[in-house]
Amino acid sequence: MAGQPLFSILNEDGSCEEAYRGLLTDDEVRQALDAMILNRILDRRLLMLQRQGRLAFWMTSRGEEATILGAAASLLPEDPIFLSYRELGCLLWRRIPLPLIFNQLIGNNRDLCLGRQMPVHYCYKEWAIPSVSSPVGTQLPHACGFGYAAKMRGTGQVALAFCGEGTASEGDFHTALNFAGVFATPTIFVIRNNGYAISTPESSQTAAESLAVRAEGYGMPGFQVDGNDLLAVVKVLGEAVDRARSGGGPTLVEAMTYRMGPHSTADDPSAYRSDDEAAEWNRLDPYERLKAHGIWRGIWSNEEEATIQASWDERVVATLAECERHPPPRIESLFEGVLETVSPQLEAQRDAYLAAHRRRQRDEFEVP
Amino acid sequence: MAETGSLNMIQALGNALDHYMERDEMAVVLGEDVGAFGGVFRVTAGLQEKYGAERVFDTPLAEAGIVGMAIGMGLGGLRPIVEIQFADFIFPAFDQIVNELAKYRYRSGGQYAPRVLIRTPYGGGIRGGHYHSQSPEAYFAHTPGLRVVVPSGPYEAKGLLLGALECADPVIFLEPKRIYRSAKGEIPLDYYTLPLERARLVKKGEDITLVAWGAMLHTCQEAVALAEGEGYDVELIDLQSIAPYDLHTLVRSVTKTGRMAVVHEAPMTCGFGAELVAAVQAEAFDHLRAPLLRITGFDTPFPYSLEDHYLPSAERILRGLVETIEY
Repeated sequence: MAGQPLFSILNEDGSCEEAYRGLLTDDEVRQALDAMILNRILDRRLLMLQRQGRLAFWMTSRGEEATILGAAASLLPEDPIFLSYRELGCLLWRRIPLPLIFNQLIGNNRDLCLGRQMPVHYCYKEWAIPSVSSPVGTQLPHACGFGYAAKMRGTGQVALAFCGEGTASEGDFHTALNFAGVFATPTIFVIRNNGYAISTPESSQTAAESLAVRAEGYGMPGFQVDGNDLLAVVKVLGEAVDRARSGGGPTLVEAMTYRMGPHSTADDPSAYRSDDEAAEWNRLDPYERLKAHGIWRGIWSNEEEATIQASWDERVVATLAECERHPPPRIESLFEGVLETVSPQLEAQRDAYLAAHRRRQRDEFEVP
Repeated sequence: MAETGSLNMIQALGNALDHYMERDEMAVVLGEDVGAFGGVFRVTAGLQEKYGAERVFDTPLAEAGIVGMAIGMGLGGLRPIVEIQFADFIFPAFDQIVNELAKYRYRSGGQYAPRVLIRTPYGGGIRGGHYHSQSPEAYFAHTPGLRVVVPSGPYEAKGLLLGALECADPVIFLEPKRIYRSAKGEIPLDYYTLPLERARLVKKGEDITLVAWGAMLHTCQEAVALAEGEGYDVELIDLQSIAPYDLHTLVRSVTKTGRMAVVHEAPMTCGFGAELVAAVQAEAFDHLRAPLLRITGFDTPFPYSLEDHYLPSAERILRGLVETIEY
């Protein structure tokens, strides 16, 4: 509970109490290490791509992977995850094919969302990932409503929503948790408390000792957890998921973590964070901690890491190159899907624009 | 011959909801005081008793939460029907409506399209001051991805509400509360729908086209009668659907009459009348015989003591009609 020392499971040498070992199978630990490796390769490469002008935007999640993957690992594949925007790891855990992720980032004609949103605004219904939007916190009441629907329809699903600690200041945070409490929906709210909303420190968001304490005001249990400790996250969220699935209602979990990179490609964290602070968090790097745990379990090694890294590196480069070859979506698609059918007003705008566009193309073509 | 009954607009809307709840077991009614109490205007009266508290329920007092939750319910396969107690209180939910609900189908490439219908009483003439009188249709009509529908009587209220509930798009269903009880009619008690997107020709006429919606339609009918007394023949159109709107019917009418006046309660500047005037002049320019006219509320907050001056009256409308015809 908030106020207590932060709940952790992994010791510095990678060991853990025997009782906790079963929280994840060996295969799941390997899957998480694999996903973290891929996550970091993508962070590095996509940041570079953005710097080269080949990608409009990228948001890093380095440092927060344990929270993100731990949440995904606690759920069933059919449980919806309402992403904030920094949770690439959930896509990787659910094994959404890389091309589908890259197609979204590029906004090409193979993007399931038809190139309609900026990078990282994912939506993969087949993998129970509803659409990401930029206004923060709006997804939280959606998770409450989805939970209500799941409960009423008896689907057994649990809805999980992410937000940052900055978003906990939004009105939607309050209404979502209050509604979830009142209707006892199977909904889990995970705050990735990474210390900063862009440049604004947590101390500017709240005067309370923690965000988890708010749970009491909403009539639900609230927990703080070491967000860089995959096993601790899985333990706390696993219990929350079980509680939700068995009719016990919502839970608020505040995962204490750190964004090791910039907020986005438009940000420079050195302007507001000290090197000392970053160094302290480097010591708690979630990948390094899980890697030590894998070695302690005897299922991981430096050689294996290098092999997997190289293999992902190669696949990422090749897949990106392939996805970059696809053209933008058809111009006609701009006008589709606003309503179920095209309105007469939009139809007139579309016809006029497309006629002019085709004329222009023809004229350009005919210029000697 | 199907059974009919004499219903006011509240009863007609309640009857429509009852029919729909019966047909679609995924339909859920939520809002403030809509449960056992049946809504402050009584539209949802009896629904909780009939369909249970899981499908008809009161929410905490938070409009953004209500709409946000409804979107999630829609994503989860339910068919939420939201009541926002007064349209003036819809603005805390504006972000959820404009950024989330309206864009969901588009932004997800059609993967998700939550079917959320939001009913809300709107409009003035009830001594409600700033916060129980406003007409927010233009805000929502300006947002791609929403339908905005306004009925003007019990027959339309029931048919349009059922039409809107059958439709897969998010709908803002604005209910003119001034005529909630006063607009009565003999209407079919069976299930029926009216097509969205179609304006209704209320009365044929030759001299000018008069366009209105909601409660203003009734004020316009008074004005049409007064005009008739002075020898003018007015064609009256109930727009019904604000977004998308039936330009075709307006243009066909104005092509004949050469004149048009649009009446609404909302302020003039950037009101929906501006859109209609702009679109009609572009399509019927060669047929126009006078400037197209807007007769509307003023660019002030909705007043309390002086609301009769603010709202277009039959006399004000008549004056506008005559001046335009005699232009």
